[in-house]
Parts: sequence; C-alpha cells; structure tokens
Amino acid sequence: MAVRASRLKRVLGAVTATTLLAFVAACGGGDSDASASGGDVTLEFAQWWGAELPAGEFDKIISDFTAQNPNIKIKLLSAPYASTKQQLVTGAASKTLPDVVGLDGAWVSDFAKQGAITDLSKLMTDANYDSSQLASQVQLKGKTYMIPVVNFIYPLFVNKDLLAKAGVAKTPTTRSEFLDAAKKISATGGDVKGWALPLDTAVPNGVQNDVMSWLWASGGSMLADGKPALQTPAVKSTVEFVKSLNDANVIAPGSLTMKEQDKVEKFTQGQVGMMIDSLAHINLIKKNKPDLKFEVAAIPAEDGYTGKRGIPYASWGIGISNSTKHKAEAWKFVSYLMSQQTNSKLSTIANGFPGNKTSEPDFSTSDPMFKTAFDIYKEGTVANEFVGLPKSEDLMRSFDEQLQLVLTGKSSVDDALAKAQENWSSVIE
Amino acid sequence: MTLLAPKTAEPVEQAAPPKRSTLARRLVPYGYLSPTLILIVVLMVVPIVMVISYSFRDNVIVQDNSVFAGLANYTKVLTDPDFLAALKNTAVFITVSMAAHLVLGLTFAMMLNTQLLSGVTKAVFRIVYILPWLFTIAVVAVIWRMLLDPSGVVNYVLHTLGLINEGVNWLGDPGKALWAVTFINIWSGYPFFMISLLAGLQGIPNDLYEAAAVDGTNWFQRFLHVTLPQLRPVIISMAVLDLIWTSQQFALIWMTTGGGPLNTTEMLSTYTYKQAFSEYEFATASAAAVLVLLITMVLAFFYVRSQRER
Repeated sequence: MAVRASRLKRVLGAVTATTLLAFVAACGGGDSDASASGGDVTLEFAQWWGAELPAGEFDKIISDFTAQNPNIKIKLLSAPYASTKQQLVTGAASKTLPDVVGLDGAWVSDFAKQGAITDLSKLMTDANYDSSQLASQVQLKGKTYMIPVVNFIYPLFVNKDLLAKAGVAKTPTTRSEFLDAAKKISATGGDVKGWALPLDTAVPNGVQNDVMSWLWASGGSMLADGKPALQTPAVKSTVEFVKSLNDANVIAPGSLTMKEQDKVEKFTQGQVGMMIDSLAHINLIKKNKPDLKFEVAAIPAEDGYTGKRGIPYASWGIGISNSTKHKAEAWKFVSYLMSQQTNSKLSTIANGFPGNKTSEPDFSTSDPMFKTAFDIYKEGTVANEFVGLPKSEDLMRSFDEQLQLVLTGKSSVDDALAKAQENWSSVIE
Repeated sequence: MTLLAPKTAEPVEQAAPPKRSTLARRLVPYGYLSPTLILIVVLMVVPIVMVISYSFRDNVIVQDNSVFAGLANYTKVLTDPDFLAALKNTAVFITVSMAAHLVLGLTFAMMLNTQLLSGVTKAVFRIVYILPWLFTIAVVAVIWRMLLDPSGVVNYVLHTLGLINEGVNWLGDPGKALWAVTFINIWSGYPFFMISLLAGLQGIPNDLYEAAAVDGTNWFQRFLHVTLPQLRPVIISMAVLDLIWTSQQFALIWMTTGGGPLNTTEMLSTYTYKQAFSEYEFATASAAAVLVLLITMVLAFFYVRSQRER
C-alpha cells in the first residue's frame, strides 16, 4: 500500500507540475493585446448582417470606412443570427465581447446588466455627437446602450389572388374585417387557411411578431410604467381575438410547433392568405415564387380605433463592448455607420428603414412594396415593447406557453393572462 | 574473505548514479503521457469541476458577485414541474428509442446476414438500410418536419390510402408530438445498431448452428439459444451506449418541436439549454446538467461493468 501511495503521489506530482508548466507557458506566451500593432487599431465587429446582405455589399461599406480611416482596420465576424447570439452570450459572460457588436434590442438589458456593453451616451458626449439625428436609441436608466442602425417593420402580407378568390374586395383594416376575410379564404377549400401563427417555443418570437403586434397596432400596451400589465382589457381582447381565429379554424394547422420560416413558406406556397412578417422577406418570397401576387398593408386595428398604429419592428442594433481598449475608435466606426450617407446606403441594400432620421432609402431600384411600407412606417409609430426588457425571450416563451393552453382549451383567457402576469412579474422587477 | 570485501564495497560505491537515472527513467513515461493528461485536465476535468461548482452557487457567470447557495439550485430544479416532465419525457424517449433500435437493428442485421439472398442484393439493401444514419441530424430534422407537416407527404399518403380523413398534426399535437420525435429518432439511429449486430452475427461460428440443427432444433430455437446468447455482449453494450447517446439528443428535439407543444417533448437537454441561454440561469442549468451527468454515470457504470464481464 505504501509503495502504491508513494507511486500515486509521484504521478500526481508529475502531472501537476507539467500542467502548471503548460498553463504558465500558455498564459505567458504572446501579447494579450494582439489587436494593436504599429499604431494601427483593429476592431472586431461581430454581427449577423453580413450573412443577410447580398454578397460583398457589406464589405464595400466597411472598406469605404477603412479608406477614410487608414489607421483603423475592421475585422468582420459574420455569422447567422442564432450563432451570433450564442457567441455574444458567452462573450458577455466571459467579458470577451468583440469591440463592436451587432445587437438585437431583446439582448440589451441582459448585456447591460452584466456590464458587457458600454454606455454610448458618454461616448456621444465625448465625441460631441448630435444624437438628435438618431431615429431611436435603446436606453436603460437614461443611458444609451444600443443604437438601431436599420429597422425592419412587420406589416401584414396579403395574398391578393386568394383574397380575390375568396370574394374579399378590400384588404382588411380592422380585426372584424380580418376575421371575416380569414374565414372566407379558409372556405375556399383544400389546405388553404386564412392566417399563420408560428408559436414554436424554441424561438418564441411569434409572440412578439404575430400576437402582440395586434395589441400594438391598436395603440395598446403590455406594460404600465415599465411593469407587466397583461390583465388589461386591451391585452385580453388581443388574446381573445387570436382565440376567435383559432376557434373559427382559420389558422394553418401545426401552429403550436410552427417556426417563422414555416409561416413564410406556407404564405409563399399560397397555403395561407395572410401573415404578419418582416419586410425583409419580400425578396425571398419573390425569388421562391415570382408569380405570387401579394401586397403589404398596415396591421388591422380594433374596430373603431383611429389613433396612430404601432408597427412591430426588429432592428440591426449596434453597441460597443465595455472591455474594448479602443472605445473612441469604435465610436468613430459606429458614427460612420449612422452617418446620413452610409445609413441611407446600408438601409437601401438591407431593404430596411434607416436609423438616421435624415437618411432616405433609395427606392428607385427596389420593389414598389418597400415604398408602400415606408409610407406605413411614416404614418404609424414603431412599437416593440420587448426591446430593452430583461430575459425577453423567456418572457415570450412563458406567454407562448399560456397562449398554447388557451388555444388547446386547457385554460381560460383570464387564467392564462393571470399566470403570464405572475411569471412576468417575477422577471421584471 | 579478501575476495569478498571488494565485492561488497563495489555496489556501495556505484549505488548513487543509478538512483538518479532510475528516477529520470521513471518520469519519462509520464512525460510522454503528459500531453494527453493535460488535454484531459483542461478539456474535461476543469469544465466539469466548474459546472459542479456553479451548481452550488447563485448569480454565476452573469454577475460578478456569485454567492454560495448550498443545495438551493438542486431543490429548485428537482421541484420544478418542467424538469420532472422533462425527466419523464426523456425516460420514455430513450427507452422506446433503444428498444426499437434493437428490434429493428437485429431484424435488418439478420436479413442482411441471411444466406438466402445473393451478395449483390445484400449490398443494395445494406446501402438502403444505412442511409438514415448518413444524414446529419439537422438534415433529418428538416426532412421530417416537411414530411410530417399537416399538409405534408405523410398525411397525403395516409389520406390517399383512406387511413385518415383530415391532416394529422404529428408534431403540433400535444398527444402525438413525443411519439413523433421518438419515431424520427428511431429512424435516424437504427443503422448503427444494425451494423454492430451484423458484425456480431458474422462472428458466430457456423458449427454452433450445425450442431443445433443436428439436435433437431427449429429456426426460432436456434435464434433463442444460439444467436441471442452469442450476441448478448454486443446487445448489452449497444443498448447502454444508445441510452446514453439518446439521453443527450438535443439538436433533433430543438429543430423539430423545441420542447413543445406544451412541454410534451421537453427533454433534459432542452430544459438545460433553456435555463442557460434563455433564462440566463446558469446556476440552475448547471444543477440540471450535474443531475444529467449523474444519470449518465449510472448508465456508464453498467456499461463498464458489462465490458469487464466480457
């Protein structure tokens, strides 16, 4: 036993020594600030935009910047949305975020609380930046953490052929007109349904885009003074409206596990007559089904509502890492993206709407529907109350689960909203 | 004596240098082992220890001021109805998958091992049977999402055959979703069983079958008393490994149902993921992960024991 013990000790000793040596070598090797060399600064910019833009277009915008600022280099870390999100969540946790980060409004609260993204208000003041040109800023406790660079609105998409076939002359503008149109479209037979509602819980953004959008379109709110307010008549009437669509059997089947891409696919294939979707998908739909006749319109509001209509939107937001050593250079890059000229160019190629108020997208070469959508955008007001909320995906998921209980007849609207209110209250303090 | 004296003195004089060389010689093997040991420590020991330590703390990762929380995270996880539902779903998912993998794998392996078919026919079937295993899980998920869509191919075929009247919601119906994802997992996983069992079948000496035939046994008796006992070690190993692998299945669930509808396909893996990357509750996610680790270790224990018996 004694021999074994001493042998074990020797083995452990050797292993520990070697491991320590390896660690010391690993930690000591190389300059930790690899981004700076010879006075030049290299900024890492993680985003999902490059993956969604036509090939090479984003690189052109970046190379214009590096041509104007020869001492700053931009290293693009482009990945799809979901991968970028995971990369940033882990980066924020380990305080190793890239210098400049593409942000979704839904992540801001969590990243800001972790101290992973920096206060942009201070950088704007330091750089004497005129923030009045910005269309919006995502703030927490009066400090700006994200600036929306390009906004994508979510209007109502309507299949004109199906609407005509169903005998509906006019695109619905109120909830009752919508229900009526959805019923008539569903009655045309086959697999065709009036509306698609993706409620998959893996990515529960259907709650934001396809459910709460009805609330915001009628000027309603799910919050009161920043606290959850889900048991209000406005929210109740929204959920009851969705339930009435479900009871009327006008929603495409499989909605409880349907994903956003399924919704777009069903609309493209003419299996659903109407959907609420990102404007960014116009090109995709046209590419996959060039002969589909469809139009975009404002989301129908409650009967009799005359106020401004809230339009759900998503943004390509931008923020700066709190741990970067090059905040001034990073801000220079951000202000370049937000400049009138660059922002116009970026929003044009992205088919979105500019984050700089003075920028105008160029519609001369784009689909006429973008012009229509821009008019809807200017007439209404952008609304997305999930932006800036903590754990917003979790909030959407818990609401989603309650809504699924309502739609499967396992819970009443009142009980579901009470439960959702309770869940939300524990998250939003 | 005069001859002996220098002989005893000699080893004393020469003892010192060999001692040093023996020590160096003994350390050399550890030097060779060290790259592997370092990798094991850095890639396995450190992360596992970190996750275990997170599971006993609160506010980990997302806040700087994490505090010791004792067993609070474990209590929270073990009393969470969602976790218990995930545990139950995982148990159903892995046992049904494993049983079906075994039955299908053994059936197809025996078909491929038969002497009634020609070599070419067997080669063709071997390729056909193994196809599901060649797709990555993302492709499997996309294919089956399309096939099982309410207006997809499966419903079309069933409707044409007059077996159903209207589109069935395979993945969207809370009563059917778990069975649908289990079916997809069975489809994608049986070929590995088949290949391993086929190798096992080909290793069974023909003499045993001949001896049994001489004893007057029928086909089923030979299967029961020759084939199964001979395949036993392979079957046990594969069954335990399959339980372990299937319990870690995340991508398939995430890409087909995401744990829904109404949590009916929530697995331990998806539950843990949601805790970590949606709720940012890394402490409870770590506690759930440690519980999964313990369950997997129990299975691994049986696997190691079955290997030792061999």
